[in-house]
Order: sequence, then structure tokens, then C-alpha cells
Amino acid sequence: MIEQLEQLQADAAARIAAAADLDGLHAVEIDVLGKRSTLTDLRKQLGGLDPDERRTLGQRLNDAKAQLEAAVVARRADLEATARTAQLAAERLDLTERLDPAPARGHLHLVTQTRDRLEDVFVGLGFTVAEGPEVEDDWYNFEALNIPPSHPARGMWDTLYVDAGEPQSVLLRTHTSPVQIRVMQDVAPPIYAVMPGRVYRRDTADASHMPVFHQIEGLVVDRGITFADLAGTLEAFTSAYFGSAIHSRLRPSYFPFTEPSAEYDINCVFCEGSGCRTCAQTGWLELGGCGMVHPNVFAAVGIDPEEWSGFAFGFGIDRLALMRHGVDDLRELFTNDVRFLRQF
Amino acid sequence: MKVLLSWLREFAPIDCSPTELAEQLSDLGLAVESMDRLGADLDGIVVAEVLALRPHPDADKVQLVEVDLGDGEALQIVCGAFNMAVGDRVPLATLGTTMPNGMRIERRKLRGELSNGMLCSATELGLGDDHSGILILPGTPSLGTPIPEALGIVDDVLYDLEVNPNRPDAMSVAGVARDVAARLGVPFTQLDPQVTTAGADLGGRASVSIHDADLCGRFLARVLDGVTVGESPAWLANRLTLLGMRPINSIVDISNYVMLELGQPNHTYDLAKVSGGHLGVRWARDGERIVTLDDVERTLTSGDGVIVDADDVAIGIAGVMGGASTEISDATTSVLLEMAWWQPMAIARSSARLGLRSEASMRFERGADPEVLELAARRFAQLAAEAGATLAPGTVVVDGDLPDRSPIAVRTRRVSDLLGSRFTGEQIRGLLEPIGFGFPGPADGADGTQQVAIPSYRFDSATETDVVEEVARMHGYSRLGSSMPPAARFGSLTPRQRDRRLLREVLVGLAVDEAMPMPFLAPVDLERTGLPGEAATLLNPLAVEESVLRTSLRPGLLRSLAYNASHRTTGVALFEIGKVWTPDPHGGMPAEREVLAVALAASAAGGIGDDAAARHAVRVLDTLVEALALHGITLEQVAPAGLHPTRSGDVLLDGVAVGAVGEVDPAVLAEWAIPERVAVVELDLDALLAAPHGERPYGKISRYPSSDIDLAFVVDDTVSAAAVEATIRAAGGDDLVRVALFDVFRGAQLGDGRRSLAFSLRLQATDRTLTDSEVGELRQRVIDAVAAAHDATLRS
Repeated sequence: MIEQLEQLQADAAARIAAAADLDGLHAVEIDVLGKRSTLTDLRKQLGGLDPDERRTLGQRLNDAKAQLEAAVVARRADLEATARTAQLAAERLDLTERLDPAPARGHLHLVTQTRDRLEDVFVGLGFTVAEGPEVEDDWYNFEALNIPPSHPARGMWDTLYVDAGEPQSVLLRTHTSPVQIRVMQDVAPPIYAVMPGRVYRRDTADASHMPVFHQIEGLVVDRGITFADLAGTLEAFTSAYFGSAIHSRLRPSYFPFTEPSAEYDINCVFCEGSGCRTCAQTGWLELGGCGMVHPNVFAAVGIDPEEWSGFAFGFGIDRLALMRHGVDDLRELFTNDVRFLRQF
Repeated sequence: MKVLLSWLREFAPIDCSPTELAEQLSDLGLAVESMDRLGADLDGIVVAEVLALRPHPDADKVQLVEVDLGDGEALQIVCGAFNMAVGDRVPLATLGTTMPNGMRIERRKLRGELSNGMLCSATELGLGDDHSGILILPGTPSLGTPIPEALGIVDDVLYDLEVNPNRPDAMSVAGVARDVAARLGVPFTQLDPQVTTAGADLGGRASVSIHDADLCGRFLARVLDGVTVGESPAWLANRLTLLGMRPINSIVDISNYVMLELGQPNHTYDLAKVSGGHLGVRWARDGERIVTLDDVERTLTSGDGVIVDADDVAIGIAGVMGGASTEISDATTSVLLEMAWWQPMAIARSSARLGLRSEASMRFERGADPEVLELAARRFAQLAAEAGATLAPGTVVVDGDLPDRSPIAVRTRRVSDLLGSRFTGEQIRGLLEPIGFGFPGPADGADGTQQVAIPSYRFDSATETDVVEEVARMHGYSRLGSSMPPAARFGSLTPRQRDRRLLREVLVGLAVDEAMPMPFLAPVDLERTGLPGEAATLLNPLAVEESVLRTSLRPGLLRSLAYNASHRTTGVALFEIGKVWTPDPHGGMPAEREVLAVALAASAAGGIGDDAAARHAVRVLDTLVEALALHGITLEQVAPAGLHPTRSGDVLLDGVAVGAVGEVDPAVLAEWAIPERVAVVELDLDALLAAPHGERPYGKISRYPSSDIDLAFVVDDTVSAAAVEATIRAAGGDDLVRVALFDVFRGAQLGDGRRSLAFSLRLQATDRTLTDSEVGELRQRVIDAVAAAHDATLRS
């Protein structure tokens, strides 16, 4: 019987090893280890043997069964691994086959991106963000800002007038400054606000002018505000927005709604102040205007200039957008060509 | 305003380098727009005379010019300018010269003709902006003379300054010199020309009267005899040229020279032509006519000022332009000289209305100096004396309304408080005295206040704040220090601003790009978009295509889609958040609203079938509404204007229209030449965001098992899926946690005009497992409700 068992084990082991797939292995397993297998038959015959033989053969039988079971487990693992490899190979994808190359996201307009960044910097500096209407009346756009009718300074803005009300009384705001007036009417000081928005001038479109463009304006009204606070705030904004290598300077200028008034320059962001073509070798870029709120402006909104003082500043958003990305023509911002919009 | 360093030095011993002077000028608020070193880099450029002009045989944009350098030889030059005549003296860059811009002059052949040098424009010589032609040299400088010598510009520097409207004083060489001298701490010396008078006294020959004192503050007249009108001396003509004025004749040139030097515009009359030798000043009468110096007949209004003669005939427009009838000519021997101070506002209005802006009107409207008239007249006479004219004894000065120049009280403490630096009264005085501010009282009064007299040449300066600005300017803005405002405060965006950012982010996530079309439309744009109706218009548009204020964002987005389509870009989806305006029926201010609009081309929808765009638009709308956590939004398919009649509807918020969604009418798309279907979403943000939104209360998630059932109802096409879904939800109650339409089917077996809507329902209770009978009851409740409400049958 020993020989028979050994023969049986050798045959069974060979069949297990030869099983080509999981189904075949399962059939072999039933065949050699199942209830109707020769191994089971042999076990049944153990009862007719003497105790010594029975113990020896029984031991051998158990060993053979364990070995065959282990062989099945091992073979199954092999076959599963092979099957998985084949399956994975069959599932191969070329991930660079992009049949729908359309972008999966849209793009915020460059002006919006720039405006959001500016707002975020000023919010970080403790400012709120205020807005106002784009169609304004003469009082908000000019008179309240210390620009009475026929003031020569009106020539600084080419105004687009709306056909409504008294002639030339309704207009498209030429700057965001009327929002200053509205904020001061609505909110009691202290005021720390920036006012971004769209403004209009009667300018023919070219590489650096558009009849429609965007500005951001700032207004601070509090007790004891000084010209030094204006300089400090603009310097803080300058390094927050442009980076710590870029600094600001103020030069005397004139605006009807501020006094003292100043031009706000920053180190040229292209050469960081060493002089290049963009800054005409000066090392500086003119960014905007600023100054201490004029007493007549305070008078227009009923704020006592002896108790409160303040400053205002403003500059263009669109130019910053162009500068950041090296766009050399302002008109590109407004063609709405998606080949432009999707670049940013 | 242009100034020459050599001219500035006639007023103050300026000894800093040209570059440092430029920096000081900018820091004083006189921004240097350009700085040119004259005479430098002009080696090899000499005076030549034009001998002959011939057309180029083979090119018509250039001509052949023969010039003589003084050696008697004719040298041929090919030249692209045509403004010179035979006999003119012009600058010639000889062979081997390196031009100021670095270009090297070589012998060249242009279309077969040799060019032996280059004739130069003023710009090419670095002498100003005039590049309209070759610079014709004034006078008759010797041939072959180096150009710097011929122009008298050896080692000079020309600055072009940007002068702000509040600095009338800096519209003169003397005024700029005064500022610079103060900054550099060197003395400023105003001119004091001494002129001897001779001949018949002015009295009895000339007189002045001011009828309207609110037009003219001061009028001074003098008479010059023995005048010969000829060419100006080269030095004077050169200075005018460099400062941007064309030399005309000796008298006009002196007039301009005095204006540039002292900032005082002036006018000369041929005394013989002034009836009665009388100059009167009054407002013009409406419709009054005058022929001005430029030989144009102009009709005046009562807003213009005039100078009239003894017969009350207008012979000049006050402060703007003289009249032709009394113009100086070669025959003039006696000149009546006008020096006046005009009301700035009057001149501003008049020159704007007449469209005549001149060097004179620019100075008058900023406010000239009424105290410089007498000096300017003497300076005029001094320069005219060099041409042989003599000043008649006697002066007429008549005053009208002059601005009040009483000293103002300036609080030392106020200066310090506004500037954020401590100043003493003495320091303020030290800064302002050098630019002519007067301090009649003690530096620090008992109350820390001192009286400050503002100089007559600072018309714009009249208040304490004006003085504060002067202190800051003279001290130097950069030296005022820098600090942060003191108060602790908190910055933030408003809810509206946060919502707007959210909507943008969601749209960008949905692969929609943000566009920024112009808010102006052409008059036909609204009609071709199917949106007729009143729109606000501009009074003074740049072009008729930009004359209407949009009432809707749709035309702008359709134009953008058409633009992209014309560049063969497909898959375009755009949105805009912007303002629209509706005109006021009573003619007042137009109403302004903020609107969100999305336009989706079918090719951007990613779906198949001709309904892709419309379905995409509804998905976008639903996503936006969900993002805002806004409740009460429904669709009503009513075909809003300009949209596809059977594929569009109003967006309702609690039953009130706040927008529209759906396909654009195919006829509108054809109008805009858009080759594919387009759907839009439009939302009135003012209305939409006024409703409560953004609240997201926590809903407990059930841990018990759920059951899914599918129900298909056959309903008429007129019954909306949304209505059926609403009925299902109402009938299902709290245990119905999800309803989703998953199939729409039409077929002959369902009958004409009917369709099957298949819904998947998920049932789940929060506190227990639903029993089979509970599920069965709920199912029946839903079926009964839908059948009753919508004439529906259950499809099995």
C-alpha cells in the first residue's frame, strides 16, 4: 500500500502542477483530495490493518494529504498571479490618448484675478471693499470731489455723458472716486475701505487706452491720520503685492480732491530699480495718484476736518494685469478670444 | 513746459549736475518727462544751404537735394522730407557722423542715386519733438558752421516738465528757477530791466477802460514807438524753437519770449489801427462776431470776453486770441502793448467753447500773476529796444476785480498733524520764504498760529491746507517718513462680494471662461438679439457702434461667441457678471442692476443630440442655485424674448421672474452668424441675492437600510417632469430621501403627445428599518398622487 500511496501522491502532485487554470486546479483538487478520491479510499482501507501498520500508514496518509493540499494552495496562488497579470495586461490604457482635449476648468478673466488679488491684500491690511454705481451724476463724480463746473481740472477727464436728466448731469463715472463720497455718506468714520470697479473715459482704444477700464481706490478716514500714514500704507501694500524687493515713493502732484497730493511710484518691477526700457531707465514706474482728503471733500459729506483726517489713493487694475503676464496691448483684455482667456 | 538750463541760470546760480537737477525737479512736483543734453553728440553736423531740389527718377517718397557746405561744391543727398526750399539753411550730418541715436552716416546708394550724408529734423538732433520735416535754421548762419554753434546751444540741457494745474508759477522759466533755487539753497534774482523812455507820452494816445470788472482783474497798456518788424536775433529765435514755439517776427517773438520767461501772456496791437487808441474790456454780446488772427470769423457768446476799440467794435477775444484788424504788420511803427490779468474761469470757459487752447489761454486759466504786468512790459520794451524801438513815457493801469490775497492764518500744529512730522513755525517760514511766501507776523503766535501771505503768482493757493502742501513739497515728500494708521481694525468682503466670487468659482469649475465684453452696444444690437425696447444712450459716444448702454449681457456674449466662431474656435462657454441699465421712463437716472449671464455653445456641452446646449444650461443653473443654497427656484417655460420659443423659460424665485434659461432663438443666432446652437443662463443678481440663501443646516444621516423602487409614469408632454417630481416628493413625505429621473421614453404604444418618465425613489427612515408593508404603502401613495394630479398612468 505504501507503494500505491507513493505512486498516488506522485501522480496527484504532477496533476496539480500541471493544472493550467483555476477551474482545472479545482477539478484536480476534487479528484485527488475529495470525498471520492483514491486517497479517501485508502483511508477507508486503514481499518483492516494491524495497529502498527495502521499508525505508520495513517501517518503517511496524513502527510501526503497535507502536502497535496499545500501544493494546491501554492498552485492556486501561482495561477491567480498569472491570471491577474494577464488581466492587467489586457486592461492596458494609453493615458495620453486624449480624445477630448477641452480644458476641464474655465478661467477667471485676468482683470478679475488681479482685482481679487488686490482686494485680498487690502483685506489683509484691514480694509473693507466698497462698490458703487457706474452711472453717476455730476455731483458725485465731480462737484463733491471739489471739481465745480468749469473747473479747469475737468479737462483731466474726458467724460462720457448719458442722455438723461439735465444735459451733462448724468454720466459714466470717470473714476472710482464717487464711491468715496458714497462711503463717507453711508458710514461714520473711522473708514478703511478700498473701492475697485469699472470706469469710463471718452478715449479711443489703443494699446494703452480703452474707453472702459478698471481702477481700485482706497480711502482712510480716522482721527490723527497723517501723510506719513499714507506713505506707510502704500509702502505696505507695495511690498505685499509686488514682493519685498519693490518699494514705493511719493512725488508732489495735483488732484482737486486731495491736498497735499502725490504721484505714487514703485520700483520698476522688471528691473527692480536698476533701469530698463519699460521704465525709461528711471528705475521707477508711475502707478497712480494719492493724497490727503481735501477739506472741501469732507465738507461735501459733512465730516468735520478738524476732528477727522484721511487719505485716498487710486490706480489702474488693468495695467497691473498686463504687467504681470507681459501682455503688451490693453485691447487684448477685451477681445474675449478664448485663446487669450484660457492662457491665465 | 520746457526750460533750458542756461535760461534758468539767468535767474539763479544753479550748479548741480543736469541729472541731479532732474531729480530735484521731479521731487518738487515738476516731473521731468524728458531731458536732452543739447550740443552733445552733434559732431559732424554742420550748416548747409539747399542749392537745388530734383525728383528722384525712380522713387517718389524721396527727392534729390543738392547742398553746399561752404566749399562751393554741390553735394547730392537723397532725402525723405519735402519741406525745404532752395536757399534754406539746414543741418547736414556729414559722412562718418554718429548721430545722437547711434546711427552712423555712410555713403549710400538709394535706388541708383548716391546720398552723401543726411539732412536732419529737430528730433534727429535731439532738439525737440518736431519730426515733421527737416529743421530749417533761422537766420543765415555761415555755411559749414557746426550746428551747436549755429543754434547757440553749446553745452545746454533742455528739460520737458509736466506742470500741474495748481502751479501757474511754473509755467515760466522764472517760476521754475525760483523753485529750484529754494531747493538748492541758492539766491533767486528776479529780472529788473531798466528801460529809458522817449518820445510822446502815452497819455492822449492810448487809454483803457474796464466795463466788466468780473472779467478782467488788471489791464496795463504801454506804447512802443519806432518799431521795425523784422527777423529776431538768432539767440532769441533759437530759444523759442527749443521751447517749442516757431519764430515768426521780431515783435511776436518778443511777445512769446516774455510769456515763456515770466509766465505773462501779452498782446500787441498796431496802434494806428486801434480806433481812438482806446482799449475797452467787456463781456461779448451773444452773436457778436470777430475775425481772429488766424483769419477765421468767430461768433461769440456772453460767456466770452472781448477787447473793444473806441467804437465798441471787438478787436480781440480776451485771453484767447487777438483780432485780425489790429494785427502787427511790416508797416507797423507804433505798438500798443497789452498786459492783462483775466479771470481764470472766464478764460477756461471761453477757450473750451471756442476750441482755442493756446499757450496764453493755458496760463490765464490757471491764474497768471497780476503783479508781474509792469515788469513784463519793461522786459518787452528792453528786448524791443535791441531792435531800435523806444518805450513811450507813461503807463495805463486799470484794475477790475482782483482775487483777495489777505494773509491767512496757519496753525503750526495743523501742519505737523497732517504731515505726521513735527514742524516749528520757524521751519515753516524757512521753507516757504524762499518761494515768495510772506510772513508779516511773528513765527509762533501765542496760539501757535502765524499769518502767511501767499504770493501773487500762486493763484491756486488760498487756504491753510494749500500752505501745508507747500511745506510738504519744499521739505520733500520722501523725507516726511512713513507709518501705519493706528487703529486696530478688521478687513473683510461683503456677503455680496463673497457670493460673486463663489458664483465665479463654480462657473470656472464647470469649464466656463469669464469674458468681459464692452458695456456699449450699437443701436441695432438689441433688436438683432430679439430684445427690443428702450435703452439709455450716450450724449457724446465715440462711435455710433458704442452709443447704447446695454440692457442685457446677452448681446455682448453673443458677439464674443461669434468672434470665437469666426476664428474657428469651438467648444466655447463664456460668462460675465456685469451691470445693465434700464432707462427711467421719466427721463431721470437709468436704473442699474447687476446681472450674471452664461452663454454655452452646443460644442461645449459635451453631450450628443441637438438638446445638448439647452440641457447643459439647465445643469449650470441648477449647480449655481445649489452653490448659493438658494431655495424656491423654479422654471416656467414661457419663452422669454429672444430665446427659442419651445426650449426656454423664466427662472422664478418664489414665483417671481429673476432670470431666464434656455436656447437662443435660431433666428437670433443667424443674425449674429453663430453656426451652432447656443443656450444661456441669465440671473438678476440684485433680485436673486436679496433672497435668503447660503444657510446649510445639518440633516441627520440615517444608519438604517434603505429601499429603492422605480416607478415609470406615462404623462402628457405638457406635464413637466418637475411637476411630477414635486408631486412624488409631496406624497413620499420624510421617508422619501431621494428622487431621480433616470429615463424618458416616447413610443407609439404610449400614444401621441405622451411620454414615460421613469423615476428612481430611495426610501429610508431615520429611526428604523422600513418594513415591506410600509414601503408598499408609500409606493401606492405616490402612484395614486401622481395619477390624480397629472392624469398619469403607471407604466408596467
